Amino acid sequence: MRSGKVDFGGVLREVSLAYVPEVKVGDYVIVHVGFALSRVDEAEANQVFAYLQEMEELTDLEDRGASAPPASPGGSPPFPAPSGGR
Amino acid sequence: MKYLDEYRDAGAAHKYAQEIARLTTRPWSLMEVCGGQTHAIVKFGIDELLPGQITLIHGPGCPVCVTAVELIDKALEIAARPDVIFCSFGDMLRVPGSRTDLLAVKAGGGDVRMIYSPLDAVKLAEQHPAKEVVFFGVGFETTAPTTAMAVYQAAQKGLKNFSLLVAHVLVPPAMEAILGSPDRRVQGFLAAGHVCAVMGYEEYIPIARKYQVPIVVAGFEPLDILQGVLMCIRQLESGRAEVENQYSRAVRQEGNRPAQQLVREVFQVVPRKWRGIGEIPQSGLGLRDAYAAFDAERKFGVVGLRVEESSECLSGLVLQGKIKPRECPAFGVRCDPEHPLGAPMVSSEGACAAYYRYRREPNTAAA
Repeated sequence: MRSGKVDFGGVLREVSLAYVPEVKVGDYVIVHVGFALSRVDEAEANQVFAYLQEMEELTDLEDRGASAPPASPGGSPPFPAPSGGR
Repeated sequence: MKYLDEYRDAGAAHKYAQEIARLTTRPWSLMEVCGGQTHAIVKFGIDELLPGQITLIHGPGCPVCVTAVELIDKALEIAARPDVIFCSFGDMLRVPGSRTDLLAVKAGGGDVRMIYSPLDAVKLAEQHPAKEVVFFGVGFETTAPTTAMAVYQAAQKGLKNFSLLVAHVLVPPAMEAILGSPDRRVQGFLAAGHVCAVMGYEEYIPIARKYQVPIVVAGFEPLDILQGVLMCIRQLESGRAEVENQYSRAVRQEGNRPAQQLVREVFQVVPRKWRGIGEIPQSGLGLRDAYAAFDAERKFGVVGLRVEESSECLSGLVLQGKIKPRECPAFGVRCDPEHPLGAPMVSSEGACAAYYRYRREPNTAAA
Protein backbone atom coordinates (compact mmCIF):
# COMPACT_ATOMS: atom_id res chain seq x y z
CA MET A 1 0.00 0.00 0.00
CA ARG A 2 1.39 3.38 -1.02
CA SER A 3 2.08 5.74 1.85
CA GLY A 4 3.80 9.07 2.35
CA LYS A 5 4.91 11.54 4.98
CA VAL A 6 2.44 14.36 5.61
CA ASP A 7 3.43 17.54 7.41
CA PHE A 8 0.71 18.62 9.88
CA GLY A 9 1.99 22.11 10.68
CA GLY A 10 5.41 20.79 11.66
CA VAL A 11 4.43 17.31 12.85
CA LEU A 12 5.30 14.61 10.33
CA ARG A 13 3.11 11.53 10.09
CA GLU A 14 3.11 8.51 7.83
CA VAL A 15 -0.21 8.45 5.98
CA SER A 16 -1.76 5.91 3.63
CA LEU A 17 -2.06 7.17 0.06
CA ALA A 18 -4.05 4.12 -1.08
CA TYR A 19 -7.11 6.24 -1.95
CA VAL A 20 -5.32 9.14 -3.64
CA PRO A 21 -3.22 7.54 -6.38
CA GLU A 22 -2.91 10.92 -8.10
CA VAL A 23 -1.05 12.81 -5.34
CA LYS A 24 2.56 13.88 -5.75
CA VAL A 25 5.20 15.17 -3.35
CA GLY A 26 4.27 18.74 -2.40
CA ASP A 27 0.50 18.32 -2.73
CA TYR A 28 -1.87 19.20 0.11
CA VAL A 29 -4.27 16.47 1.22
CA ILE A 30 -7.26 16.03 3.54
CA VAL A 31 -6.30 13.33 6.06
CA HIS A 32 -8.64 11.31 8.24
CA VAL A 33 -7.44 8.66 10.72
CA GLY A 34 -4.23 7.94 8.84
CA PHE A 35 -5.63 8.02 5.30
CA ALA A 36 -5.43 10.79 2.73
CA LEU A 37 -8.96 11.02 1.32
CA SER A 38 -8.76 14.00 -1.02
CA ARG A 39 -6.19 16.21 -2.70
CA VAL A 40 -6.68 19.93 -2.03
CA ASP A 41 -7.25 21.67 -5.36
CA GLU A 42 -5.16 24.85 -5.43
CA ALA A 43 -7.28 26.50 -8.10
CA GLU A 44 -10.46 25.96 -6.08
CA ALA A 45 -8.85 26.94 -2.78
CA ASN A 46 -9.29 30.63 -3.54
CA GLN A 47 -12.93 30.54 -4.50
CA VAL A 48 -14.12 31.46 -1.00
CA PHE A 49 -12.36 34.83 -1.47
CA ALA A 50 -13.21 35.19 -5.13
CA TYR A 51 -16.90 34.68 -4.26
CA LEU A 52 -16.71 37.43 -1.65
CA GLN A 53 -15.04 39.80 -4.09
CA GLU A 54 -17.59 39.02 -6.77
CA MET A 55 -20.42 39.83 -4.37
CA GLU A 56 -18.80 43.10 -3.33
CA GLU A 57 -18.46 44.15 -6.93
CA LEU A 58 -22.09 43.30 -7.56
CA THR A 59 -23.15 45.22 -4.45
CA ASP A 60 -21.20 48.23 -5.72
CA LEU A 61 -22.98 48.00 -9.04
CA GLU A 62 -26.36 47.80 -7.32
CA ASP A 63 -25.52 50.74 -5.08
CA ARG A 64 -24.68 52.83 -8.12
CA GLY A 65 -27.96 51.92 -9.75
CA ALA A 66 -29.91 53.27 -6.77
CA SER A 67 -33.28 52.49 -8.29
CA ALA A 68 -32.56 48.73 -8.54
CA PRO A 69 -35.39 46.82 -6.82
CA PRO A 70 -34.53 44.60 -3.85
CA ALA A 71 -34.24 40.89 -4.48
CA SER A 72 -37.67 39.34 -4.46
CA PRO A 73 -38.24 35.76 -3.37
CA GLY A 74 -39.38 33.49 -6.13
CA GLY A 75 -38.00 35.79 -8.81
CA SER A 76 -34.77 35.44 -10.65
CA PRO A 77 -31.66 34.95 -8.51
CA PRO A 78 -30.29 38.29 -7.38
CA PHE A 79 -26.79 37.31 -8.55
CA PRO A 80 -25.42 35.30 -11.41
CA ALA A 81 -24.23 31.86 -10.42
CA PRO A 82 -20.72 31.97 -8.95
CA SER A 83 -17.92 30.91 -11.23
CA GLY A 84 -15.40 28.23 -10.30
CA GLY A 85 -16.47 24.82 -11.50
CA ARG A 86 -18.80 23.78 -8.71
CA MET B 1 -0.66 26.80 8.04
CA LYS B 2 -1.59 26.89 4.39
CA TYR B 3 -5.25 26.12 3.54
CA LEU B 4 -6.23 26.63 7.17
CA ASP B 5 -5.47 30.02 8.72
CA GLU B 6 -6.64 32.01 5.72
CA TYR B 7 -10.13 30.54 6.15
CA ARG B 8 -10.32 32.12 9.61
CA ASP B 9 -9.83 35.70 8.40
CA ALA B 10 -12.03 37.92 10.57
CA GLY B 11 -12.41 40.68 7.98
CA ALA B 12 -13.68 38.30 5.33
CA ALA B 13 -15.98 36.65 7.90
CA HIS B 14 -17.59 39.99 8.72
CA LYS B 15 -18.04 40.75 5.03
CA TYR B 16 -19.78 37.41 4.60
CA ALA B 17 -21.98 38.11 7.61
CA GLN B 18 -22.93 41.51 6.18
CA GLU B 19 -23.81 40.00 2.84
CA ILE B 20 -25.94 37.32 4.52
CA ALA B 21 -27.75 39.98 6.56
CA ARG B 22 -28.36 42.05 3.44
CA LEU B 23 -29.91 39.12 1.59
CA THR B 24 -32.06 37.76 4.41
CA THR B 25 -35.65 38.98 4.26
CA ARG B 26 -37.34 36.51 6.62
CA PRO B 27 -36.59 33.74 9.16
CA TRP B 28 -34.76 30.66 7.93
CA SER B 29 -33.61 27.53 9.77
CA LEU B 30 -30.55 25.73 8.45
CA MET B 31 -29.06 22.51 9.75
CA GLU B 32 -25.33 21.87 9.68
CA VAL B 33 -25.12 18.11 9.42
CA CYS B 34 -21.64 17.46 10.74
CA GLY B 35 -20.53 17.70 14.35
CA GLY B 36 -17.20 19.12 13.18
CA GLN B 37 -19.12 22.05 11.71
CA THR B 38 -21.11 22.41 14.96
CA HIS B 39 -17.87 22.70 16.91
CA ALA B 40 -16.52 25.37 14.53
CA ILE B 41 -19.80 27.32 14.74
CA VAL B 42 -19.85 27.31 18.53
CA LYS B 43 -16.10 27.85 18.91
CA PHE B 44 -15.87 30.81 16.54
CA GLY B 45 -19.30 32.23 17.41
CA ILE B 46 -20.47 32.01 13.80
CA ASP B 47 -24.12 31.76 14.85
CA GLU B 48 -23.70 35.04 16.72
CA LEU B 49 -22.36 36.75 13.59
CA LEU B 50 -25.51 35.87 11.66
CA PRO B 51 -28.68 37.97 11.59
CA GLY B 52 -31.25 36.98 14.23
CA GLN B 53 -33.57 35.67 11.53
CA ILE B 54 -31.21 32.79 10.75
CA THR B 55 -31.23 29.82 13.09
CA LEU B 56 -28.54 27.16 12.86
CA ILE B 57 -29.86 23.78 13.98
CA HIS B 58 -27.18 21.31 15.02
CA GLY B 59 -27.48 18.02 13.19
CA PRO B 60 -26.89 14.35 14.01
CA GLY B 61 -23.41 14.25 12.47
CA CYS B 62 -21.60 12.80 15.43
CA PRO B 63 -21.08 9.07 14.83
CA VAL B 64 -20.00 8.39 18.40
CA CYS B 65 -23.16 10.09 19.65
CA VAL B 66 -25.55 8.09 17.49
CA THR B 67 -23.97 4.71 18.23
CA ALA B 68 -26.71 2.68 19.93
CA VAL B 69 -26.32 1.80 23.60
CA GLU B 70 -26.61 -1.91 22.88
CA LEU B 71 -23.66 -1.69 20.52
CA ILE B 72 -21.62 0.03 23.20
CA ASP B 73 -22.69 -2.67 25.63
CA LYS B 74 -21.45 -5.26 23.13
CA ALA B 75 -18.15 -3.39 22.93
CA LEU B 76 -17.90 -3.42 26.72
CA GLU B 77 -18.63 -7.14 26.87
CA ILE B 78 -16.01 -7.96 24.22
CA ALA B 79 -13.43 -5.57 25.70
CA ALA B 80 -13.69 -7.22 29.13
CA ARG B 81 -12.64 -10.62 27.77
CA PRO B 82 -9.15 -11.67 28.88
CA ASP B 83 -8.12 -12.84 25.40
CA VAL B 84 -9.04 -9.54 23.70
CA ILE B 85 -7.14 -6.38 22.82
CA PHE B 86 -9.94 -3.89 22.20
CA CYS B 87 -9.03 -0.90 20.01
CA SER B 88 -11.01 2.28 19.54
CA PHE B 89 -10.73 5.93 18.60
CA GLY B 90 -10.21 7.96 21.76
CA ASP B 91 -13.56 9.69 22.05
CA MET B 92 -15.45 6.40 22.32
CA LEU B 93 -13.73 5.48 25.60
CA ARG B 94 -15.86 7.69 27.85
CA VAL B 95 -19.16 7.11 26.11
CA PRO B 96 -21.55 5.53 28.58
CA GLY B 97 -23.17 2.22 27.78
CA SER B 98 -26.14 1.17 29.85
CA ARG B 99 -23.97 0.54 32.91
CA THR B 100 -20.37 1.58 32.37
CA ASP B 101 -17.83 2.74 29.75
CA LEU B 102 -14.67 1.47 28.06
CA LEU B 103 -12.40 3.44 30.39
CA ALA B 104 -13.93 1.60 33.34
CA VAL B 105 -13.37 -1.72 31.59
CA LYS B 106 -9.75 -0.71 31.09
CA ALA B 107 -9.42 0.30 34.74
CA GLY B 108 -10.83 -3.11 35.64
CA GLY B 109 -8.02 -4.86 33.76
CA GLY B 110 -9.37 -4.99 30.21
CA ASP B 111 -6.81 -4.39 27.46
CA VAL B 112 -8.46 -1.35 25.87
CA ARG B 113 -6.31 0.72 23.57
CA MET B 114 -6.85 4.08 21.95
CA ILE B 115 -5.46 4.06 18.43
CA TYR B 116 -5.05 6.68 15.71
CA SER B 117 -5.80 4.60 12.63
CA PRO B 118 -7.67 1.32 12.00
CA LEU B 119 -4.46 0.06 10.39
CA ASP B 120 -2.81 0.22 13.82
CA ALA B 121 -5.24 -2.49 14.94
CA VAL B 122 -4.18 -4.72 12.05
CA LYS B 123 -0.55 -4.23 13.11
CA LEU B 124 -1.45 -5.19 16.69
CA ALA B 125 -3.12 -8.36 15.41
CA GLU B 126 0.09 -9.28 13.59
CA GLN B 127 2.19 -8.57 16.68
CA HIS B 128 -0.08 -10.50 19.07
CA PRO B 129 -1.08 -13.74 17.32
CA ALA B 130 -2.28 -15.29 20.57
CA LYS B 131 -4.73 -12.45 21.22
CA GLU B 132 -7.98 -11.46 19.54
CA VAL B 133 -7.69 -7.87 18.31
CA VAL B 134 -11.02 -6.08 17.88
CA PHE B 135 -11.49 -2.63 16.37
CA PHE B 136 -14.61 -0.60 17.13
CA GLY B 137 -15.50 0.77 13.68
CA VAL B 138 -17.41 3.94 14.44
CA GLY B 139 -17.94 6.65 11.87
CA PHE B 140 -19.71 7.98 8.81
CA GLU B 141 -18.77 7.55 5.15
CA THR B 142 -15.52 9.40 5.86
CA THR B 143 -14.29 6.65 8.16
CA ALA B 144 -15.76 3.64 6.38
CA PRO B 145 -12.98 3.45 3.74
CA THR B 146 -10.38 3.30 6.52
CA THR B 147 -12.01 0.39 8.35
CA ALA B 148 -12.76 -1.28 5.01
CA MET B 149 -9.03 -1.14 4.27
CA ALA B 150 -8.21 -2.63 7.68
CA VAL B 151 -10.55 -5.59 7.06
CA TYR B 152 -9.32 -5.98 3.49
CA GLN B 153 -5.68 -6.03 4.62
CA ALA B 154 -6.43 -8.49 7.41
CA ALA B 155 -8.04 -10.75 4.80
CA GLN B 156 -5.07 -10.36 2.44
CA LYS B 157 -2.66 -11.22 5.24
CA GLY B 158 -4.78 -14.18 6.31
CA LEU B 159 -5.14 -12.85 9.86
CA LYS B 160 -7.55 -14.94 11.91
CA ASN B 161 -7.31 -12.85 15.09
CA PHE B 162 -8.58 -9.50 13.78
CA SER B 163 -12.23 -8.47 13.78
CA LEU B 164 -14.35 -5.36 13.48
CA LEU B 165 -17.28 -4.32 15.64
CA VAL B 166 -19.15 -2.33 13.02
CA ALA B 167 -21.10 0.79 13.98
CA HIS B 168 -20.88 2.64 10.67
CA VAL B 169 -23.71 4.98 9.80
CA LEU B 170 -24.69 6.78 6.60
CA VAL B 171 -25.56 10.46 6.38
CA PRO B 172 -28.20 10.76 3.61
CA PRO B 173 -30.74 8.41 5.27
CA ALA B 174 -30.49 10.46 8.47
CA MET B 175 -31.08 13.66 6.51
CA GLU B 176 -34.14 12.05 4.96
CA ALA B 177 -35.39 10.94 8.39
CA ILE B 178 -35.11 14.55 9.58
CA LEU B 179 -36.81 15.91 6.46
CA GLY B 180 -39.61 13.36 6.75
CA SER B 181 -40.33 14.21 10.38
CA PRO B 182 -43.82 15.73 10.88
CA ASP B 183 -42.39 18.61 12.92
CA ARG B 184 -39.66 19.37 10.41
CA ARG B 185 -38.03 22.76 10.91
CA VAL B 186 -35.02 22.38 8.64
CA GLN B 187 -35.28 24.49 5.47
CA GLY B 188 -31.74 24.07 4.19
CA PHE B 189 -28.71 21.90 4.85
CA LEU B 190 -25.01 22.42 5.09
CA ALA B 191 -23.87 18.94 4.08
CA ALA B 192 -20.80 17.38 5.68
CA GLY B 193 -17.74 18.24 3.58
CA HIS B 194 -15.56 15.28 4.42
CA VAL B 195 -18.36 12.75 3.97
CA CYS B 196 -18.77 14.24 0.49
CA ALA B 197 -15.01 14.14 -0.15
CA VAL B 198 -15.48 10.36 -0.08
CA MET B 199 -19.00 9.96 -1.45
CA GLY B 200 -19.34 12.98 -3.73
CA TYR B 201 -22.72 14.70 -3.75
CA GLU B 202 -24.73 13.03 -6.47
CA GLU B 203 -26.87 11.15 -3.92
CA TYR B 204 -28.11 14.48 -2.50
CA ILE B 205 -29.62 15.64 -5.77
CA PRO B 206 -32.82 13.50 -5.48
CA ILE B 207 -33.14 14.51 -1.80
CA ALA B 208 -32.98 18.23 -2.64
CA ARG B 209 -35.58 17.68 -5.33
CA LYS B 210 -37.94 15.45 -3.34
CA TYR B 211 -38.03 17.62 -0.22
CA GLN B 212 -37.47 20.96 -2.02
CA VAL B 213 -34.54 21.73 0.25
CA PRO B 214 -31.26 23.45 -0.70
CA ILE B 215 -28.21 21.34 0.20
CA VAL B 216 -24.82 23.05 0.18
CA VAL B 217 -21.73 20.91 0.67
CA ALA B 218 -19.62 22.91 3.12
CA GLY B 219 -16.21 22.77 4.76
CA PHE B 220 -15.26 23.23 8.39
CA GLU B 221 -13.49 26.55 8.66
CA PRO B 222 -15.38 29.73 9.59
CA LEU B 223 -15.33 31.15 6.07
CA ASP B 224 -16.45 27.80 4.63
CA ILE B 225 -19.45 27.74 6.92
CA LEU B 226 -20.31 31.40 6.29
CA GLN B 227 -20.10 30.95 2.54
CA GLY B 228 -22.21 27.78 2.86
CA VAL B 229 -24.84 29.73 4.80
CA LEU B 230 -24.79 32.50 2.22
CA MET B 231 -25.20 30.05 -0.67
CA CYS B 232 -28.06 28.36 1.17
CA ILE B 233 -29.79 31.68 1.95
CA ARG B 234 -29.42 32.83 -1.65
CA GLN B 235 -31.18 29.66 -2.76
CA LEU B 236 -33.94 30.02 -0.17
CA GLU B 237 -34.52 33.69 -0.91
CA SER B 238 -34.80 32.99 -4.61
CA GLY B 239 -36.95 29.88 -4.24
CA ARG B 240 -34.34 27.39 -5.44
CA ALA B 241 -33.64 23.93 -3.96
CA GLU B 242 -30.41 22.64 -5.46
CA VAL B 243 -27.22 20.90 -4.47
CA GLU B 244 -24.22 23.24 -4.50
CA ASN B 245 -20.62 22.68 -3.52
CA GLN B 246 -18.95 25.30 -1.35
CA TYR B 247 -16.06 22.96 -0.45
CA SER B 248 -14.77 22.55 -3.98
CA ARG B 249 -11.13 22.57 -2.91
CA ALA B 250 -11.67 19.10 -1.37
CA VAL B 251 -14.93 17.73 -2.81
CA ARG B 252 -15.57 16.58 -6.38
CA GLN B 253 -19.04 15.67 -7.56
CA GLU B 254 -18.15 12.00 -7.97
CA GLY B 255 -16.20 11.80 -4.69
CA ASN B 256 -13.33 9.40 -4.16
CA ARG B 257 -13.99 6.41 -6.42
CA PRO B 258 -11.24 4.08 -5.12
CA ALA B 259 -12.50 4.62 -1.55
CA GLN B 260 -16.12 3.97 -2.55
CA GLN B 261 -15.04 0.82 -4.35
CA LEU B 262 -13.36 -0.73 -1.33
CA VAL B 263 -16.27 0.25 0.93
CA ARG B 264 -18.62 -1.58 -1.46
CA GLU B 265 -16.27 -4.57 -1.58
CA VAL B 266 -16.23 -5.02 2.20
CA PHE B 267 -19.54 -3.59 3.40
CA GLN B 268 -23.22 -3.76 2.52
CA VAL B 269 -25.99 -1.35 3.46
CA VAL B 270 -28.03 -2.49 6.48
CA PRO B 271 -30.69 -1.02 8.78
CA ARG B 272 -29.16 0.65 11.84
CA LYS B 273 -30.48 1.90 15.16
CA TRP B 274 -29.36 5.44 15.96
CA ARG B 275 -29.00 6.36 19.62
CA GLY B 276 -31.74 8.76 20.62
CA ILE B 277 -33.43 8.57 17.21
CA GLY B 278 -34.36 4.94 16.63
CA GLU B 279 -33.94 2.59 13.71
CA ILE B 280 -33.45 4.18 10.29
CA PRO B 281 -33.76 1.84 7.31
CA GLN B 282 -30.71 1.42 5.06
CA SER B 283 -28.71 3.79 7.27
CA GLY B 284 -25.74 1.69 8.28
CA LEU B 285 -22.97 -0.49 6.94
CA GLY B 286 -22.38 -4.12 7.90
CA LEU B 287 -19.75 -6.60 6.71
CA ARG B 288 -20.58 -8.60 3.60
CA ASP B 289 -20.85 -12.37 3.95
CA ALA B 290 -17.46 -12.78 2.28
CA TYR B 291 -15.96 -10.92 5.26
CA ALA B 292 -18.18 -12.45 7.96
CA ALA B 293 -15.12 -14.04 9.58
CA PHE B 294 -14.05 -10.52 10.56
CA ASP B 295 -17.38 -9.64 12.21
CA ALA B 296 -16.77 -9.26 15.96
CA GLU B 297 -20.48 -9.61 16.78
CA ARG B 298 -20.56 -13.07 15.22
CA LYS B 299 -17.14 -14.09 16.48
CA PHE B 300 -17.97 -13.33 20.11
CA GLY B 301 -21.64 -14.24 19.95
CA VAL B 302 -22.92 -10.92 21.27
CA VAL B 303 -25.63 -10.54 18.63
CA GLY B 304 -28.96 -9.16 19.71
CA LEU B 305 -28.72 -7.58 23.18
CA ARG B 306 -31.50 -5.08 23.87
CA VAL B 307 -31.25 -2.35 26.47
CA GLU B 308 -33.11 0.81 27.39
CA GLU B 309 -31.55 4.27 27.32
CA SER B 310 -31.19 6.60 30.28
CA SER B 311 -34.34 8.70 30.40
CA GLU B 312 -32.56 11.69 31.88
CA CYS B 313 -30.36 12.20 28.81
CA LEU B 314 -32.08 14.25 26.11
CA SER B 315 -29.43 13.51 23.49
CA GLY B 316 -32.06 12.21 21.07
CA LEU B 317 -33.65 15.66 20.96
CA VAL B 318 -30.23 17.33 20.65
CA LEU B 319 -29.22 15.00 17.82
CA GLN B 320 -32.39 15.76 15.89
CA GLY B 321 -31.89 19.48 16.39
CA LYS B 322 -35.07 19.77 18.48
CA ILE B 323 -33.34 21.35 21.46
CA LYS B 324 -29.99 23.06 22.02
CA PRO B 325 -27.69 21.47 24.61
CA ARG B 326 -28.24 24.21 27.18
CA GLU B 327 -31.99 23.56 27.13
CA CYS B 328 -31.37 20.14 28.72
CA PRO B 329 -31.96 20.34 32.49
CA ALA B 330 -29.03 18.02 33.12
CA PHE B 331 -26.54 20.11 31.06
CA GLY B 332 -23.59 21.13 33.22
CA VAL B 333 -25.48 20.05 36.34
CA ARG B 334 -25.71 16.27 36.35
CA CYS B 335 -23.96 15.86 32.99
CA ASP B 336 -20.46 17.08 32.17
CA PRO B 337 -17.48 15.62 30.29
CA GLU B 338 -16.21 13.93 33.46
CA HIS B 339 -19.58 12.34 34.25
CA PRO B 340 -21.52 12.21 31.00
CA LEU B 341 -25.09 10.95 30.79
CA GLY B 342 -24.84 10.69 27.02
CA ALA B 343 -22.34 10.59 24.20
CA PRO B 344 -22.77 14.16 22.84
CA MET B 345 -21.11 15.41 26.05
CA VAL B 346 -17.89 13.48 25.42
CA SER B 347 -17.46 13.14 21.69
CA SER B 348 -15.16 15.59 19.91
CA GLU B 349 -18.06 16.09 17.50
CA GLY B 350 -20.83 16.19 20.09
CA ALA B 351 -22.95 19.33 20.34
CA CYS B 352 -23.16 19.16 24.17
CA ALA B 353 -19.36 18.98 24.39
CA ALA B 354 -19.06 22.02 22.11
CA TYR B 355 -21.45 24.08 24.26
CA TYR B 356 -19.81 22.86 27.47
CA ARG B 357 -16.39 23.83 26.20
CA TYR B 358 -17.14 27.15 24.51
CA ARG B 359 -20.53 28.39 25.75
CA ARG B 360 -20.87 27.35 29.35
CA GLU B 361 -22.71 30.06 31.23
CA PRO B 362 -23.95 30.11 34.77
CA ASN B 363 -27.50 28.76 34.91
CA THR B 364 -28.76 32.15 36.03
CA ALA B 365 -27.88 33.58 32.62
CA ALA B 366 -30.28 31.23 30.91
CA ALA B 367 -33.15 32.08 33.24
